[in-house]
Amino acid sequence: MAQERKLPAPSVSDETRVYWDGASAGKLMVRRCKTCGEAHHYPRAHCPYCFGVDVEWIEASGKGTLYSYSVMRRAPVPYALAYVKLAEGPTMMTNIVDCDFDKLKCDQAVKVVFKATEGGPALPVFTPA
Amino acid sequence: MSLKGAAYIAGIYEHPTRLAKDISLAQIHAEVARGALADAGLTKNDVDAYFCAGDAPGLGPMSMIEYMGLKVRHADSTDIGGASYVLHVGHAVQAIAAGKCKVALITLAGRPRAEGMATGTVPRSRGGTPTPDEPFEFPYGPTVVNMYGMAAMRHMHEFGTTSEQLAWIKVAASHHAQHNPHALLRDVVTVEEVVNSPMISDPLHRMDCCVITDGGGAIVVVAPEIAKSLNRPKIKVIGTGETIKTQMGGKVDLTYSGARQTGPEAFAMAGVKPSDIKYASIYDSFTITVLMQLEDLGFCEKGKGGAFVSDGNLISGVGKLPFNTDGGGLCSNHPANRGGLTKVLEAVRQARGEAHPKVQVKNADLVLAHGTGGSLGSRHGSSTVILERE
Repeated sequence: MAQERKLPAPSVSDETRVYWDGASAGKLMVRRCKTCGEAHHYPRAHCPYCFGVDVEWIEASGKGTLYSYSVMRRAPVPYALAYVKLAEGPTMMTNIVDCDFDKLKCDQAVKVVFKATEGGPALPVFTPA
Repeated sequence: MSLKGAAYIAGIYEHPTRLAKDISLAQIHAEVARGALADAGLTKNDVDAYFCAGDAPGLGPMSMIEYMGLKVRHADSTDIGGASYVLHVGHAVQAIAAGKCKVALITLAGRPRAEGMATGTVPRSRGGTPTPDEPFEFPYGPTVVNMYGMAAMRHMHEFGTTSEQLAWIKVAASHHAQHNPHALLRDVVTVEEVVNSPMISDPLHRMDCCVITDGGGAIVVVAPEIAKSLNRPKIKVIGTGETIKTQMGGKVDLTYSGARQTGPEAFAMAGVKPSDIKYASIYDSFTITVLMQLEDLGFCEKGKGGAFVSDGNLISGVGKLPFNTDGGGLCSNHPANRGGLTKVLEAVRQARGEAHPKVQVKNADLVLAHGTGGSLGSRHGSSTVILERE
């Protein structure tokens, strides 16, 4: 089991407050365009595909697959940077936590968990499902 | 209208230093400018356009233009990280073709080593107003190495690429660097030494990473009538391409780079194909960067880069595609943590026949330089130039 790494607080704006409030309440929120139907990440007030502004917030299932990862061995506490492809479509940057990093494999199933940051909202991270 | 052949590279200079303790950033910019103008047989007063990127001190090009005492009618400080200077060659060609200038000076300088900068392994916030991506990335600890590491990891997963294959890229660079007296690392290394070097961020070992050096370089791009008046080999710019590749709103695909667009564009403009190229300067921030760009530029099929780079295929005099014969960023120089300018320099040396005799490619009359700036793992700029000796 890896040691815990201190997580810096993300900066929150009005555009992204729902995402971060959701994370602090244990929900992974995703933006989806009501015009073209595409979900995207990171969340924006517009759709980066059709540029429409009718974008809704949906609660994601928290399920996904590990698209790629890299374990930073030169940090005071080694950690796994990763991209996770969400069941809802978008791929998001994240960390993989609470596991043996040497057993990670691309495309394995993962699920969301939430970790406290230093003085900010909770941060969505993932762990093997 | 095609801009093929609308301008020539007439002057180049690479600063010999790799540790610039007693010289300022601005001084290095001026020294490399002086060197490239002297190489071309031109003077400062001939310069009517100046190009620089974020490594130059001050707001855009203004402080450097003042410091050097330039008088310009065209300036461009487009910054796409380390690939900027390859893009600047393309922009200089456009400006010259449009009649905006005749002698364009491009400079790069940096002192990350003297300043003790932790370049690749520490996450950095830019400060000030965060970019929209920053809150969704910075807390997770992205660094230069682990972002490129993720690209390498996915490439290995999808195509079976191995650490030993990546290591061949460093091995080839080291074979070239032994002949460069200015190279930071001149020892020839083996595949075993690369894969046994300490793991920095999986799957990238220390020897998969480029060097951190101070220094810089400059390029002078000129109009055809100026090139004809100079007593230098005529190195014509016949192909250019530029793009920005992003995470595309979450449709992340780490298996290719922006070279997939800039390569075909540059080849189409030049009217040549990858197999025609005698020498290639390929951006080498990491071994994986080289491998993916070679695939994307069309030197081999996507996913076959591992086999392509193996067994010395990139070593001059040994393989089919000699690359980075100065030792590249992996062994010689990566000034300001931006390796695009030095890529153009070695391509011009090869095209002129002025590379080190031990690595000079015979009749290298058609060469390519390509840059990747920013991060292969998220968003990056790509730029390609194809040069022909007239």
